[in-house]
Amino acid sequence: MRTLHRTPPAGRALARDAAAIAAAMVAVGASFGAITIAYGLPTWTPFLLSTVVFAGGAQFLAVGLIAAGNPVAAVVAGLLLNTRHLPFGLAVAETIGPRWRDRIVGSHLMTDETVAFTLAEPDPVRRRRTYWLIGVTLFASWNLGSALGVVLGAAGDPSALGLDAAFPAGLIALIMPSLGDRRTRVAALSGAAVAIALTPVLPAGLPVLCALLGLLTLFRPRRRPGEPAARPAEELPC
Amino acid sequence: MLIAAIVALGVGTYAIRLGGVLLGDRLELSDGVRRVLPIAAASLLAAAIGTAALLEGVHFAGIARVSGVAVGAILAWRRAPFVVVVLAAAGTAALLRLAGVG
Repeated sequence: MRTLHRTPPAGRALARDAAAIAAAMVAVGASFGAITIAYGLPTWTPFLLSTVVFAGGAQFLAVGLIAAGNPVAAVVAGLLLNTRHLPFGLAVAETIGPRWRDRIVGSHLMTDETVAFTLAEPDPVRRRRTYWLIGVTLFASWNLGSALGVVLGAAGDPSALGLDAAFPAGLIALIMPSLGDRRTRVAALSGAAVAIALTPVLPAGLPVLCALLGLLTLFRPRRRPGEPAARPAEELPC
Repeated sequence: MLIAAIVALGVGTYAIRLGGVLLGDRLELSDGVRRVLPIAAASLLAAAIGTAALLEGVHFAGIARVSGVAVGAILAWRRAPFVVVVLAAAGTAALLRLAGVG
């Protein structure tokens, strides 16, 4: 990723980034644990969700729907929200590698953040290390946070700490290098616009999947064939 | 019922994750598809970012969050380190809320 190129040694920069995202995960995990208990669900619920599901958005959605007395909707909505992991899996399959042990364990560590950190790293060897380091760190911090939330009860409001802004901003930092490529930028920004426009009319999860429609921009006829597709240096946004 | 719902969600989510990994490995993906996959992932992440930054459910997320993300985005574009981006975004949103701005 970008900071790895600029800040030697690379391992320390990655560890620092991992620590930052872990701290935020502990805080949001704590609010998840606390909210689940506040809904009146059994104490073991957040522990089971955070270990077995390990997907923040789906977990918040699920406890809300379960608390509202609709567990079937919780499963359906949660799965819909997590469908994006299928294309994520395609994208990181090569990084996880061919060993069954790695695939079985590694698949469970897949989140938005793990994928973003991984794809931001251009070197294949470091990319593999990044996937595992970020994946294990996030799993540990998310579960630690959930447990703290249960123990402490009212874990504070994560929005008072601005954490609702921290996660999108962190992901922006991670995908920024890939947005230097014009085709990626056009596809990603079109996809994001489609998702935002469709959010009021489609159930949670589907709008983000519809962002794949942004890939249609890749099939536009090129204006000047034979020219290199991407000239990132002169085509930065703004 | 509760435990069944959680296990179903967990098993289904894991199947989706593992399914993608196995498909990615099993399919003899052409170079064209291989090149599109990171773009697809970037598009999905951009959509997740966009909706999380602007919306809470189906409503506007409020000035504080949007401003925080915007500050983070500008810093990221200016190639600030990851930690700086995250802290500045959180700090901006938190301070705006402290000042009473939604």
